[in-house]
Amino acid sequence: MSQPLSCTTTEMMTVAAARRLRNGVVCFVGIGLPSTAANLARLTHAPDIVLIYESGPIGAKPSVLPLSIGDGELADTAETVVSTAEIFRYWLQGSRIDVGFLGAAQVDKFGNINTTVIGPYDKPAVRLPGAGGASEIASLARDVFIVLQQSRRTFVEKVDFITSAGYLDGGDARARLNLPGNGPAAIITDLCIMEPEAGSREFVVTHLHPSVTREKVVENTGWAVRFASQVVETDAPSEPELMTLRALLQRTAEAHARM
Amino acid sequence: MPEIVTLRDAIAQVIHDGDVVAMEGFTHLIPFAAGHEVIRQKRRDLTLVRMTPDLIYDQLIGAGCARRLVFSWAGNPGVGSLHRFRDAVEHGWPNPIEIEEHSHADMANAYVAGAAGLPFAVLRGYAGSDLPRYSDRIKPIRCPFTGLELTAVPALRPDVTVIHAQQADRKGNVLVRGIVGVQKEAVLAARRAIATVEEVVDALDADFNACVLPHWVFAAVAVARGGAKPSYAHGYYERDNRFYKEWDEIARTRESFQQWLARHVTNGEAA
Repeated sequence: MSQPLSCTTTEMMTVAAARRLRNGVVCFVGIGLPSTAANLARLTHAPDIVLIYESGPIGAKPSVLPLSIGDGELADTAETVVSTAEIFRYWLQGSRIDVGFLGAAQVDKFGNINTTVIGPYDKPAVRLPGAGGASEIASLARDVFIVLQQSRRTFVEKVDFITSAGYLDGGDARARLNLPGNGPAAIITDLCIMEPEAGSREFVVTHLHPSVTREKVVENTGWAVRFASQVVETDAPSEPELMTLRALLQRTAEAHARM
Repeated sequence: MPEIVTLRDAIAQVIHDGDVVAMEGFTHLIPFAAGHEVIRQKRRDLTLVRMTPDLIYDQLIGAGCARRLVFSWAGNPGVGSLHRFRDAVEHGWPNPIEIEEHSHADMANAYVAGAAGLPFAVLRGYAGSDLPRYSDRIKPIRCPFTGLELTAVPALRPDVTVIHAQQADRKGNVLVRGIVGVQKEAVLAARRAIATVEEVVDALDADFNACVLPHWVFAAVAVARGGAKPSYAHGYYERDNRFYKEWDEIARTRESFQQWLARHVTNGEAA
């Protein structure tokens, strides 16, 4: 076996997130890291993945990553472009989405997402963008993956505001709401992968990325994080994964610098 | 039948102080030229409605046109914060603004209800979210047939909706192509509507199911070439992603924002 390629922690996170998307799934994609990971999956192991963006494109195959959720290339490469009302009503609410791929400003140990405010709602210390499509993606997509950089600031015991529901207070709290979606299946970070523990629904570490220690994860988590009984080391990015990701980001940087 | 009028006349005749105004366009076809004309004509106390306030409402808020903002995602897409929006919410500059916050699914449904002449929309929304606790415009409702608990939100009925589109014909029928967002719903939900277009053509080359809004739903149609920049008009010009990134610096301080506004929108006059 050849020596693993050296890569950044962000590259590791993106590759680990992309691997979660099985070929052929219908994926509702948020902008930023989720869009990078979903397109990497499409360009590597999942060529038949269907990418849906909330602005209207269904089956988009962009050659460069969009900066916004509605860049023209998404429409040019899509199988069809529908109205935004239709996207939310027929496609998301109509239960046609397998995977919702979300980012977050804050996430807590039960996978609840905050993208609304830091501090009190009426007098916020930081005003964040708000819900966008995320609150309904989180409740209506069959499975949800969350991808974000891990730190004590972003991984908190309890989010200041639940914008998008994970497992709420844990246990059967989400199940009692009878939602169509199963809830977040994994949180993929630059250090590790966490999955919800059976019963409590608290997120525990199931995978450590190469050369990341347990201490490093503990230092960067705002709750007393626990580890699954069997913690697996994430496979390092393969050469094709890494080369494809870097080429995608390079094409994107060149395209966005033009204009 | 709307006349093809100048942008100045369209705004002067159709938008008044205190109106509820929706300028829609989901990333694509954002009616910036119309927004700048509203700033130049010094409209005040507007309730601004838009799913994604984007740079256009950052500019209107910073210029002091807004009293209230109704929105569902207030960021600079792929870049970061809307600094003028945050300055108004966090510090009340240049004036305090009230905010009324929703989700995308909610606002899209609320426009559909407005267009359909219904008082409210029903959706599977906000499950487990904290937002309904802070809003009197998001309420639970029980399905009378199944007993299922759903969410009700009031219909959006703007006084004025403004859109930008690629083309109008000489009668004022308007063709929207590409990512059409919620423009059709927002126009049909409004009491009055304005379209700005890239150009007027003899005949719209539109297929049967194309998004064509008939001339008689508009109060005014005006030509504004390049009127969606720095967003884009599919088939005419691309999104100016570089400007969206530069906006982060321009809007970061009150001084640099005001300089930009004076130079590019108000031609030296105070907003």
